[in-house]
Amino acid sequence: MHRTGELYGQFKTLEQQKETATLGMWIFLVTEVLFFGGMFLTYTVNRHMYFTAFGVGGNMLDLRLGATNTVVLIASSFTMAMSVWSAQTNRKKLLPLCLILTLVLGCAFLGIKYVEYKQKFDHHLVPGHSFDLTYRINHPAPGDDPSELENERKEIEDALRTEAPGNPQQALTALNAHAQLYFSLYFGNTGVHALHMVVGAGLLIWVIKESFKGRFSASYNTPIEIIGLYWHFVDIVWIYLFALLYLINRHPV
Amino acid sequence: MSEHVVSPKIYVVILLALLLGTYLTVSAALRDFGPWNIVIALAIATTKATLVVLYFMHARYSPKRTQLVIMCGVFWLALLLFMTMSDYVSRIDYRGVRFPASQNVTFDLSRHS
Repeated sequence: MHRTGELYGQFKTLEQQKETATLGMWIFLVTEVLFFGGMFLTYTVNRHMYFTAFGVGGNMLDLRLGATNTVVLIASSFTMAMSVWSAQTNRKKLLPLCLILTLVLGCAFLGIKYVEYKQKFDHHLVPGHSFDLTYRINHPAPGDDPSELENERKEIEDALRTEAPGNPQQALTALNAHAQLYFSLYFGNTGVHALHMVVGAGLLIWVIKESFKGRFSASYNTPIEIIGLYWHFVDIVWIYLFALLYLINRHPV
Repeated sequence: MSEHVVSPKIYVVILLALLLGTYLTVSAALRDFGPWNIVIALAIATTKATLVVLYFMHARYSPKRTQLVIMCGVFWLALLLFMTMSDYVSRIDYRGVRFPASQNVTFDLSRHS
């Protein structure tokens, strides 16, 4: 394709090129909104149907790690916004620094997510044959906080009373089945979100490389703006995931 | 270039607002507001998301057609959630049993005839 510098042949000015690219990115993001919308809808329908069991599932998540990850991601959105500003104002040394900070915070998010997933595997909360809500309270690990275990026991006992007061064994089977659904949706939603983070990290590595070559300036910074839009969108998805998965029907720790 | 450059001052203010929102939503979740807990959590999340879209994503300074695309996305999402949930919350089966089994309310129509 015919290209003069950064300007492709079908555009008159770099500004027009950037506006077109930004509009195209927003259209892509709208399809992403509907894609995640379907996942949130599935979650909402099931939360409505199995409110008690989903409450038990939510209380098994680590609120501290979830909140930390929210802060980390918000901070990374800020450094991303600062990257856009650095490019727009020709700060060629600050730009790679802001981008690298964004990448580091993104990787920190994924690291914390790994710790959370590992916990769920250890506690037998991964959907499948060995899924068992009561595993942790029956097999406490040496470092476990006794008051936390006591809270989990109370949570499950309260849920059993609400679900089916007559037959505890049947109620526990049902509770396990529905809590397993909660964790399927938890891993599905957070997994797809984490995949988006990995893609974002890949894109960041590319613009960091290009920014060291001094490619971006006040007149040409389209890739920074576009990747910024994507990064902020992924942040928004997490803001909702955090509220829906971690915060609803939470009981004090 | 006539493009709008958002100043770091605004970015810092938005960052602080988002951190405050996170603090508020976690402390609200640990208190019992009955059915209002969900409303509070989603209201704060929506406020945070709106701030990100308007300032970090520059929607406030974007051309009208970009804003139109964003509003279309929000509208379609609202339609998807609203129409589906209005179906699910109103389901009653042939025995007069409401759909989520945990909220079952049964009633006997024959008594009234």
